[in-house]
Amino acid sequence: MAVIEKSNGSSAGIGGSGSRISFGQRVRKDFAKNKLIYLMLSPAVAYFLLFHYGPMYGMQIAFKDFAIKLGINGSPWTGFDNFVDFFSSFYFGRILVNTILLSLYSLIFAFPAGIVLALLLNEVRKSWFKRTVQTITYMPHFISLVVVVGIMFDFLARDGLVNNMLNSLLGIEPIAFMREADWFRTLYIGSGIWQNVGWSSIIFLAAIATIDPSIYEAARIDGASRWKQTLHVTLPGIAPTIIILLILNIGQLLAVGSEKILLMYNPITYSTADVIGTYTYRKGILETNYSYAAAVGMFNAIISFTLLIIANAVSRKTSETKLW
Amino acid sequence: MRATTGEKVFGVFNITFLFGLSLAALYPLIFVLFASFSDPGQLVQTRGLLLFPKGFTFDAYRMVFMNPSIGTAYLNTLFYVIAGTALNIFLSSMAAYGLSRRDVLWKNPIMFMITFTMFFEGGLIPTFLLINELGLLDTRMAIIIPTAISAFNLIIMRTAFQAVPVELEESARLDGASDFRICWSVVFPLSMPVIAVMLLFYGVSHWNSWFSAMIYLQDRALFPLQLILREILIVNDTSSMMTDISSGDQMPIGETIKYATIIVATLPILCAYPFLQKYFVKGVMIGAVKG
Repeated sequence: MAVIEKSNGSSAGIGGSGSRISFGQRVRKDFAKNKLIYLMLSPAVAYFLLFHYGPMYGMQIAFKDFAIKLGINGSPWTGFDNFVDFFSSFYFGRILVNTILLSLYSLIFAFPAGIVLALLLNEVRKSWFKRTVQTITYMPHFISLVVVVGIMFDFLARDGLVNNMLNSLLGIEPIAFMREADWFRTLYIGSGIWQNVGWSSIIFLAAIATIDPSIYEAARIDGASRWKQTLHVTLPGIAPTIIILLILNIGQLLAVGSEKILLMYNPITYSTADVIGTYTYRKGILETNYSYAAAVGMFNAIISFTLLIIANAVSRKTSETKLW
Repeated sequence: MRATTGEKVFGVFNITFLFGLSLAALYPLIFVLFASFSDPGQLVQTRGLLLFPKGFTFDAYRMVFMNPSIGTAYLNTLFYVIAGTALNIFLSSMAAYGLSRRDVLWKNPIMFMITFTMFFEGGLIPTFLLINELGLLDTRMAIIIPTAISAFNLIIMRTAFQAVPVELEESARLDGASDFRICWSVVFPLSMPVIAVMLLFYGVSHWNSWFSAMIYLQDRALFPLQLILREILIVNDTSSMMTDISSGDQMPIGETIKYATIIVATLPILCAYPFLQKYFVKGVMIGAVKG
């Protein structure tokens, strides 16, 4: 991720030597020289303008009473009506709490899980064992959400594998896990860890691999045990990576995986499962209440972006690590 | 250095824990695999873990392969994966090449424009309305075009392309090679690991994608496999697949059909994965740690 801050220093070379020629001349000269490059860049630029900046332009329907036949520009302005409706609706508090709780829980439980797995793998000396564990634990990441949630429905059904085992081993009465609001968060976070713990450890293992071995050697000479080495060499070594990912995660605080929730939830579990993303989907796509749903989505996008900027600023102040 | 007793104990505990974790990661799929080959009648009587298939039959697979909607969906998914990934790689690598060159005046503004979309987006509804406006609703293009480039993958590719030595590029230029030529004959072949990673990332995301199909497509003839899979596994509708079976057998057979469908839908990825695995660790590192 940190590639972003490494915006290439070499571009200064263009202005550097030719600072006497005007900007217009530079543009023409650059274009003459790099015609083909711009030709190669043009599909990507067109794509991002149309499919990413186009919707940003379309966000204005949040302030309008949008009707398909009037179009974005033709629909009448309504000011902040949609936002007022949203903030004063019964759903606002509920989906905000659900969204934030799911994000916080995954920050508390899922995020450290990847770090812990990386640290444990790092302690394994037998490289074949390490590689095998890595291969197996990365794999669930590539299984589709539909299959993962489908397997959950099957295993967690009243007569499913999990209930059968709980019943025969511990005598627990069958629980309809997927139809209990109280279980939703646990299942969402737990299955997320199952699917992604291996994958998220890669990044930390890669960071561990870049730590200078001589630091470990020095620590060993000073009599540091393996545990002390982990605490005082490995963890500080991967701290910048952890911080970058933490910033990104905070920026994603409101963007919990609504695709997975859409597969998992049902009206019985809405009270804990309904989040901003799923609500936007139901209001906008199912009920075709476009302007209102766009307002909900815009609220989400703005808060997320603000959180990202704050997290980045805080990290900038407190450590050297930053996203930009 | 000799390990202390504490470290030895930890070592044993660590190996045991990681072994258990691997088992936990693997077992659900093994269960599904065993169950898919099991005899439906014996399977419903089984409670608890499966250590091998109960009985052995290909009935569920026969049912899956003879089902016309799964066949169509499979072909659709193949189309989305192949055409989509080809478009992804083509557009991303051209853009990544351009953005990895030195001395391109508008490079940083373009880079900023692309990176910004990773942190701020118009959202579901404006995007949906745009697709509608463009007349792409209910067409195959709606699945492929809106995800033509991933900013994240583009940045990974650009970082990899920057690592190609300038000398090679310059000597090719002296030989009269154009940028197209350099991209295709110099940079591309030297960046095969990252291309492999991109094939995996883009390919898997197309294979697993269902949400855009659900909102953009109405015509069942265009549905990808994951959407049909959702009907079978989550909306719980295997009835359309069992019209030719006597009603008494329906319940248990439905279960094994589910398992067989999961295997059929997941196997291609699990088969491709070990071959690409040695590359993607590298890819994640390029994208994440460098810089």
